[in-house]
Amino acid sequence: MEKTKVTDAVLVKDYINGNELALSELIRRHQHRIYSFIYSKVFDKDIAEDIFQDTFIKVINTLKRGKYNEEGKFLPWVMRIAHNLVIDHFRKNKRMPKFDNSGDFNIFSVLSDSGLNAEKQIIKDQIESDLREVIRELPEDQLEVLTMRIYKEMSFKEISERTGVSINTALGRMRYALINLRKIIEKHNLVLTN
Amino acid sequence: MGNLYFEKTSKEEKLKNLNPKEETIKFLLDYSKALKVLPGEKEDFEMLLN
Repeated sequence: MEKTKVTDAVLVKDYINGNELALSELIRRHQHRIYSFIYSKVFDKDIAEDIFQDTFIKVINTLKRGKYNEEGKFLPWVMRIAHNLVIDHFRKNKRMPKFDNSGDFNIFSVLSDSGLNAEKQIIKDQIESDLREVIRELPEDQLEVLTMRIYKEMSFKEISERTGVSINTALGRMRYALINLRKIIEKHNLVLTN
Repeated sequence: MGNLYFEKTSKEEKLKNLNPKEETIKFLLDYSKALKVLPGEKEDFEMLLN
C-alpha cells in the first residue's frame, strides 16, 4: 500500500501549532534543493551554508510570528528568501575593494588621493543638505521605503516585512518616491551634481 | 597497461550530492525550539530561551 505523503501546507500548519518535528521534516524534505540552489550561485560551501542557515532563520521567525500567508507554496517562498539573501551577499561583496588585473595597470589609479578637497567637500555637503530637504517633501509611505532602501540598504523583502506591505507595494512606493523626487527637484530648480 | 583517466564530473553531478551540514540543521532545529514569540500590543517580542 502506498504511503501518503504529508503536504508542506500540513507540515507548516503543524509547525505553527507547535510541532517542532514538522520543521525537521520540512528542512529535510527541501534541504537539497535549497542548498544546491544557493551553492549554484555562490560556489562556496561555507557561504552556501551561512545563507542556507539565514534562510531558515527567516523562515522560522516568520512562521513563529504567524506572518506566513502563502498557503501551499512553502518551497517557492523559501527559495525567494534564499534568492534575496544570495543577492544581498553579492551586493555586500560588490562593495569590497577589488583589484582589476585586466588591461593595462595604472599605478596612479591606486596611488591617487581619493579624498575630497575642501571645495568639493563643501559642494558635497550642500548637495546632501538639499537632498535631505527634498526627501522630506515626499509622502510618509514613500519616504519610509526610500530611507530603508537607500540609507539603510535593506532589500525589498526586508522592507516589505518591516512595513507589513507586499514586495510589489514596496517597489511601487520606491518608484513613486523617485518620480516625485524628480518633480520636486525640477520645481525647485535644484542641481544635485558636483 | 590500462588507460588511466580521470572522470570529469559535471556541475550538475556535483550539485546532485550537495546538502547542508548536519550541524547546520541541528542548529536550526535547536534555534526553533528555543525561540518564543510573545505577542505585544504594537509589535511581537522574540525571546531565545535556553
